[in-house]
Amino acid sequence: MPAAVEFRSVSRHFGPTTAPIKAVDGVDLTIAEGAFFAMLGPSGSGKTTCLRLISGFESPTAGEICIFGENVSNTPPHLRNVNTVFQDYALFPHMNVRDNVAYGLMVKGMARAQRYAKAEEMLALVHLDAYGSRKPGQLSGGQRQRVALARALVNEPKVLLLDEPLGALDLKLREAMQDELKSLQKRLGITFVFVTHDQHEALSMADSLAVFNEGKIAQIGTPAEIYAQPKTRFVADFVGSSNVLPPALTQSLGGPAKWSSLRPETLHLDPAGPLQGTVTSLRYLGSGHRIAITTQGQDIAAILPTGTELPEPGQQIRLSFPANALHIMDQA
Amino acid sequence: MTAILPAKSLADRLTTLFWRKPNLLLALLITPPLLWLGVIYLGSLAALLLQSFYSIDEFSGMVVREFTLKTYGELLRPQNYDIILRTLLMSAAVTLGSAILAFPIAYYAARYAKGRWKAVFYLGIMLPLWSSYLVKVYAWKLILAKEGILTWAATQTHTNFVLDAALALPGIGGNSLSTSYIGMFLVFTYVWLPYMILPMQAALERVPTSMLEASQDLGATKAQTFRTVILPLAMPGIIAGSIFTFSLTMGDYIIPQIVGNSANFIGMAVYQLQGTAGNTPLAAAFAVIPIVIMLIYLSLAKRAGAFDAL
Repeated sequence: MPAAVEFRSVSRHFGPTTAPIKAVDGVDLTIAEGAFFAMLGPSGSGKTTCLRLISGFESPTAGEICIFGENVSNTPPHLRNVNTVFQDYALFPHMNVRDNVAYGLMVKGMARAQRYAKAEEMLALVHLDAYGSRKPGQLSGGQRQRVALARALVNEPKVLLLDEPLGALDLKLREAMQDELKSLQKRLGITFVFVTHDQHEALSMADSLAVFNEGKIAQIGTPAEIYAQPKTRFVADFVGSSNVLPPALTQSLGGPAKWSSLRPETLHLDPAGPLQGTVTSLRYLGSGHRIAITTQGQDIAAILPTGTELPEPGQQIRLSFPANALHIMDQA
Repeated sequence: MTAILPAKSLADRLTTLFWRKPNLLLALLITPPLLWLGVIYLGSLAALLLQSFYSIDEFSGMVVREFTLKTYGELLRPQNYDIILRTLLMSAAVTLGSAILAFPIAYYAARYAKGRWKAVFYLGIMLPLWSSYLVKVYAWKLILAKEGILTWAATQTHTNFVLDAALALPGIGGNSLSTSYIGMFLVFTYVWLPYMILPMQAALERVPTSMLEASQDLGATKAQTFRTVILPLAMPGIIAGSIFTFSLTMGDYIIPQIVGNSANFIGMAVYQLQGTAGNTPLAAAFAVIPIVIMLIYLSLAKRAGAFDAL
């Protein structure tokens, strides 16, 4: 069975060929059918360009892109069986919600009664049954997002693309929408590909993800793999802000002379621990405390659960961690 | 005890007053322009409206200051009615022509022109507005004349037949372009085009790119996107531009005198009636017509949903 989306050494360069800006640089990527796939990375890492390469708003300068086995590198956006939920939702302000949702069916020439029936069905799916006659301007941010979702899904796309889908929502709504997107994807069985710069969002929603850095994929894997076994310093640092230890420090902790990562939450106070340092700062997080210590010129962060007796800044303390918490990275 | 803050000056007390009563500052700022608009502008408009309900005594030529609809009745006389219809048709044609010409220019300027090209665009649009209106119209008269550059160019390229065919059209043709309705249409379209381009461009600039991408993403072709997304969203700008071109053409009295077959237009009629003929009530009644037509036009546009995107 062909993959839902496949990138074969795809590049997208901008600007002059002599000194191109490499937005996407030789990316190989396979997204399985039915996956909830996240593209995670800081801004300017190439994740949004990759999404636009799938939707067709950018075309690759090299390599090819296949959707369900079909090479679409030269197919214009309106002939691709993918739909996008835009970051700003891009709802048409002069149409009511029903016409917005039915738009894709209208341009394909479906009769009015039929497309309105389908639009209402989709609106029911996103819990906006009663809102068909309203204009987008009369809706809240969360409702607009649902309309954008319904408008994309009504076309029964093979792949749904979401560009920073939750970026504009407040925290509470964001969490609710995360659950809803997840259950919607499960129910419909459509491949969802979403772009985000928020690692929590990527880890909690996706069943596999790619971490982007400077136009290249730094690592692909399940959230658990990416979190526990980062391949590079960049991934370790960007996903879950891990402590990245230089080779010398790794060695002094009993590891090989390689870079390693140590998750802050795996550390605990222990008078016989191998990590000794001076407490430099203390921050309350709600669910616990984040303390930072300096050891061998390196800052190490640890998260201590509430209830732990806290050290004072300036105090010498020792920390230890379970043997399997020190993750050795093969690449620098 | 000595005061820490220096004593309040008059300016300080004034700014404090304005801070405490922000509406006072607003009122002070807005009263002069409101007076200007209310008294001088709307006042004279009301005086005009009043005049149109008076009539003229046919024997003495004096204005009879009594309320009557007789003057408006005179507008329905065939010769006056023709003037109104002619002006209306010309205004509509000029507006349509300007809109069709302006759209691609405005679209290019709004979506593609960047940096230096944008400056070139603005200069190109505004530059003709800096030269005198009369100079432009006389220049056009020369261009369109039988001995003018257009006829010359047509002869050189052996395309006389196009020009001759256009001039042979019944009603709008004529002896030469400068004495035909076609010529008048060209000149009107030229002089009012910037007033169509600028509001159109402003409206198109406000359409986010993601809106056009969304349309494509949902399967629309370029033509469908244009018809269902770009055009409706640009409509307020097109209407704004058409208000300019339409009303400017309706009121103009110079171009119909210089270019064309000297047939009468509303502007010319008003000029003659209140000047040489001294028939101010009829001139006023004529002047009311563009206002009424614009009101009808706007209410129709509103009903058609032209302002939905605002």
